[in-house]
Amino acid sequence: MANANQQGTTTVQLALAWGFVGIPLTLGVLQTLVNAMKLFQ
Amino acid sequence: MSLLSILDRNHTIAKPGFSRWMVPPAALCVHLCIGQAYALSVFNLPMTKLIGITQSAPGDWKLTELGWIFSIAMVFLGGSAAVFGRWVEEGGPRRAMFTAALCWAGGFFLSAIGVYSHTLWLIYIGYGVLGGCGLGIGYISPVSTLIKWFPDRPGMATGMAIMGFGGGAFIASPLSVWLLGKFSTATHVGVAETFITLGCVYFFFMIVGSIIVRVPAPGWKPEGYVAPTESKGLITRNDVFVYDALKTPQFWLIWWVLCLNVTAGIGVLGQASAMSQEMFPGKITPIAAAGFVGLMSLFNMGGRFVWASTSDYIGRRNTYFVFMVLGFCLYCTVPYAGSIGSVVLFVCCFLIIISMYGGGFSTVPAYLRDMFGTRYVGAIHGMLLTAWSAAGIFGPVIVNYLREYNITHGVPKAQAYNNTMYIMAGLLVIGFICNFFVKAVHNRFHMKATDNRGVEPAGAASAGARA
Repeated sequence: MANANQQGTTTVQLALAWGFVGIPLTLGVLQTLVNAMKLFQ
Repeated sequence: MSLLSILDRNHTIAKPGFSRWMVPPAALCVHLCIGQAYALSVFNLPMTKLIGITQSAPGDWKLTELGWIFSIAMVFLGGSAAVFGRWVEEGGPRRAMFTAALCWAGGFFLSAIGVYSHTLWLIYIGYGVLGGCGLGIGYISPVSTLIKWFPDRPGMATGMAIMGFGGGAFIASPLSVWLLGKFSTATHVGVAETFITLGCVYFFFMIVGSIIVRVPAPGWKPEGYVAPTESKGLITRNDVFVYDALKTPQFWLIWWVLCLNVTAGIGVLGQASAMSQEMFPGKITPIAAAGFVGLMSLFNMGGRFVWASTSDYIGRRNTYFVFMVLGFCLYCTVPYAGSIGSVVLFVCCFLIIISMYGGGFSTVPAYLRDMFGTRYVGAIHGMLLTAWSAAGIFGPVIVNYLREYNITHGVPKAQAYNNTMYIMAGLLVIGFICNFFVKAVHNRFHMKATDNRGVEPAGAASAGARA
């Protein structure tokens, strides 16, 4: 986490950046997991 | 001119206080978008009914014709990564990401026109050629930047980005299905509108990535990180010029290691659904097989991060040794799993195999960095991706033709894949041997301090001392 708390990048910016890519990816993974569960039914 | 200059490497140098953890999401913005390529098959069926709407009519495109779209895109992925690698490296990540966004979105727009006018060659040029160039440039654009920001964890950093490429389909697939549902009517299949929407969404995402991305200032290093002062084992502190790398046996040995690892994985990835149903008739239904394919995709994505991160601790060469040895054992186990009817063993084997397939992609940039230094790693990685294109031909051909050969010679369907598995195991033995012969690059290939080939990219925080 070098430099994360120094002047420049804020925690909010980091959260926004990760959320921007993380939220759609998580939703997609969850959707795939739900479909994958059919293997075990 | 001034507008375009913000794309230059000089304008992307990070100011003091910039967190390096902003760079992985920037890279993911690009890789998650271009990873859509793995979900292109979602459009196959709708594009065979553009005229007939409910079913294929005379004049509608055939699946075999549509299959070429993906193949052309893959060829141009490898080609553009190889050709534009040096341009990407010297121009910086923002210019490369911006160009990739233009190509990728432009490919969708051109394809939408192709669908609207029912002109297949426009889709070949749009998604295949233009989109393929976007794939290649986008794929390599953040690699060297991430390695420079994370000299202490290069495997983990590149693993995160390349994981995005594997995960792109998870977003693209449901999104495309949803959009097709929204735009389709009783008299119209909404493929063109879906392409336009996807093009806009991906352009926005990739532009955000290009805005966020930064290169480290010269001499920057993470807090507490002490760069080794001399080469240690396979890890060099020197740089090799991009075209000199081609003259080293190490480049070609790693090329074969990647090609063989990908060949083994890609061959079964495309056939997993049919293979599981034919090896376990009655036990694995088509619905369960679809779930199996989804699970494999998750392991493909997860393996990219886990294996690349692991390589930071056990070394790149050792990681590939694990891929080859463990892969050999697992491929040999698959026929046994089929013979005893163990679905669990079969599924476990393939999930680990496919995680190593993904791991092979994500570990190789750090492997190249170890061998050839940081300065041209992106460009060298681009040239290495031709191994992927080659494996894209070898893998499916081996699996499909061997299956056909076995079936026409009276082998039961349940056992038709056994020889294929043993051949894949054999390929990994060759890969093991290639990996075994990878040694440190001879110092005659190292760039000298007086070497003025290429332009020293501003912000290239290569810690390597020149020979």
